[in-house]
Amino acid sequence: MALLEVENLCTEFKTDQGRVKAVRDVSFHVEQGEVLGIVGESGSGKSQTMYSIIGLLAANGEVTNGKVTFNGKDISRGKFKKKKEYEQVMSELRGNTMAMIFQDPMTFLNPVLKIETQLIEPLMNHTKMTKAQARERALELMRLVGIPSPEKRITQYPFEFSGGMRQRIVIAIALACNPKLIIADEPTTALDVTIQAQVLELIDTLKRESDSAIIMITHDLGVVAKLCDRVAIMYGGKIVEIGTDREIFYDPKHPYTTGLLSCIANPEDDSDHDLTPIAGSPPDLLNPPKGCPFVDRCPHAMKVCKEYMPDVKTFSPTHECACWLNDRKAGKE
Amino acid sequence: MSNVQDKPILSVRDLKTHFDVTKGLFAPKQVVKAVDGVSFDVMPNETFGLVGESGCGKSTLGRTIVKLYDPVSGSITFEGKDISKIKGKELKSFRKDMQMIFQDPYASLNPRMTVGEIIKEPMIIHNIYDNDEQREKRVVELLEIVGLKPDHIRRYPAEFSGGQRQRIGIARSLAVNPKFIVCDEPISALDVSIQAQVINLLKSIQKEMGLSYLFIAHDLSMVKHISDKIGVMYLGHMMEVGPSNDVYHRPLHPYTVALLSAIPIPDPDTAKNKGRIILEGEIPSPINPPKGCPFSTRCSKATDRCRQERPQPIQVGNRLVSCFLYEK
Repeated sequence: MALLEVENLCTEFKTDQGRVKAVRDVSFHVEQGEVLGIVGESGSGKSQTMYSIIGLLAANGEVTNGKVTFNGKDISRGKFKKKKEYEQVMSELRGNTMAMIFQDPMTFLNPVLKIETQLIEPLMNHTKMTKAQARERALELMRLVGIPSPEKRITQYPFEFSGGMRQRIVIAIALACNPKLIIADEPTTALDVTIQAQVLELIDTLKRESDSAIIMITHDLGVVAKLCDRVAIMYGGKIVEIGTDREIFYDPKHPYTTGLLSCIANPEDDSDHDLTPIAGSPPDLLNPPKGCPFVDRCPHAMKVCKEYMPDVKTFSPTHECACWLNDRKAGKE
Repeated sequence: MSNVQDKPILSVRDLKTHFDVTKGLFAPKQVVKAVDGVSFDVMPNETFGLVGESGCGKSTLGRTIVKLYDPVSGSITFEGKDISKIKGKELKSFRKDMQMIFQDPYASLNPRMTVGEIIKEPMIIHNIYDNDEQREKRVVELLEIVGLKPDHIRRYPAEFSGGQRQRIGIARSLAVNPKFIVCDEPISALDVSIQAQVINLLKSIQKEMGLSYLFIAHDLSMVKHISDKIGVMYLGHMMEVGPSNDVYHRPLHPYTVALLSAIPIPDPDTAKNKGRIILEGEIPSPINPPKGCPFSTRCSKATDRCRQERPQPIQVGNRLVSCFLYEK
């Protein structure tokens, strides 16, 4: 059985202008020990999908439909009548079997608490360790993520660390209770290239040495190519294509995936040709289009695309895509 | 892309920009050497890409060249004239030839001005057209050049997306018909699919108007794509300068080698099998830089000499490299 199973997840946000349908009918699963990349542009709903799963939506957000099963347990918002019950179950899970790594380590770490306090907290909350044991484990974690002289560093405050080192601390906190699932939301976006390489290498080592599954939310296809086993492409609140890394990069089926791959500059390519951008901009999710979300920017858009959402078509046991082009019955008008 | 002409449009020699960061009246003087002795040339119609990690001084260098900061020493020669010390009227007329595109398309447009007013403002400042009618006509032309609609002229920046705002910023910089544009990370705030739109736009404008760019970015793949020449900066110093394809395929300076090896390649087979050079440690503080080569603290090939002496740029083929390894 899959470690995490998400079925038909829908999330909406109440705003002054109306309800923003940020996540629209998203289904996917994550197996133990694998790395799933979720790729999309800003506003595609990739982060909100994850926040819906771990129950960290903003106050105006609401999961309106869907089922989430984690580790054999139903943790859908809909299953709990009272918010308090749900919160209780989720806070039991978060930082324990399910951990998160955020984009900006400085907003995640508490600036007025020592690293020691912040590293020990999840251990004290979720395990029966004594304070001395927890401190020992904290030092071990700091060594694991490659922080030099942990005995000295553990008594320091976040501001005394550089960006890359802070992100290592955040990763150490996430790893504290040996989580089964780590959700990493753009973990290297705020870092410089050489520091990003260090952190990616660290995540790669962790992936090989532990059996934790990782969900990697990112917009950087280079990061995806380096780390992920499977990739889901999100657009306009939906997963438009999902497959293994090789299927997505070498045999993309959705015009958006193809477009995304052709508008990035591959440094290995020396020719002076122009990049092929995707014209236009993403849809407004206040009033999402009736049919395919990509219809207005798609070079192959047909009449049917405007009216109906395409069905998901399966190309291989791992490769699925929602596009009318793959349906022979769809009239080529 | 570049025309073969002998004279560079912009020539920077041994430029230094320092900031005084002394805290308190009696504290010892502390100086951030953001740019510390940089030299390079940009030819007409050419794009010079400037790369480096945050804090390496690439944006300070760009801002010093457009005279938003005053250099401590060194020269900036633009079209044969040293502009490093000009003031007043001269500075104003220089600004007409050199414009800038900023990183953040949200912060760089006044939210209370309409698009038309924003693009018109430089024309009014530099007194380019006789009357408002002519200016308006030019604004409409510019909007079309950057791919916006003429009826956008009465709208406010808040009504546009990031990519469209960056187009407005580009239209504004073109309003005075400049010869040179400093692009300071013009695409790093944009989504991937929008980045390509802006890059293509900058390239086509360059072809049509014969502009030269100084393109500052940390995204190495994009810089390589748009630039004819690349300069690699580290801690206020220029480590290597050369034609972009050569620098990419045969990097000479150990820092360039490491930096290029760190780029994530968007191709699973290459990315997962590629051996990478992972640099240890971080960039030293520019307040207290290493005595010798700025990279000596992280370089695997560093010798005692590197830690004591500062290497000067050496000509190696078509490249300038600041490293003792290439001394004859």
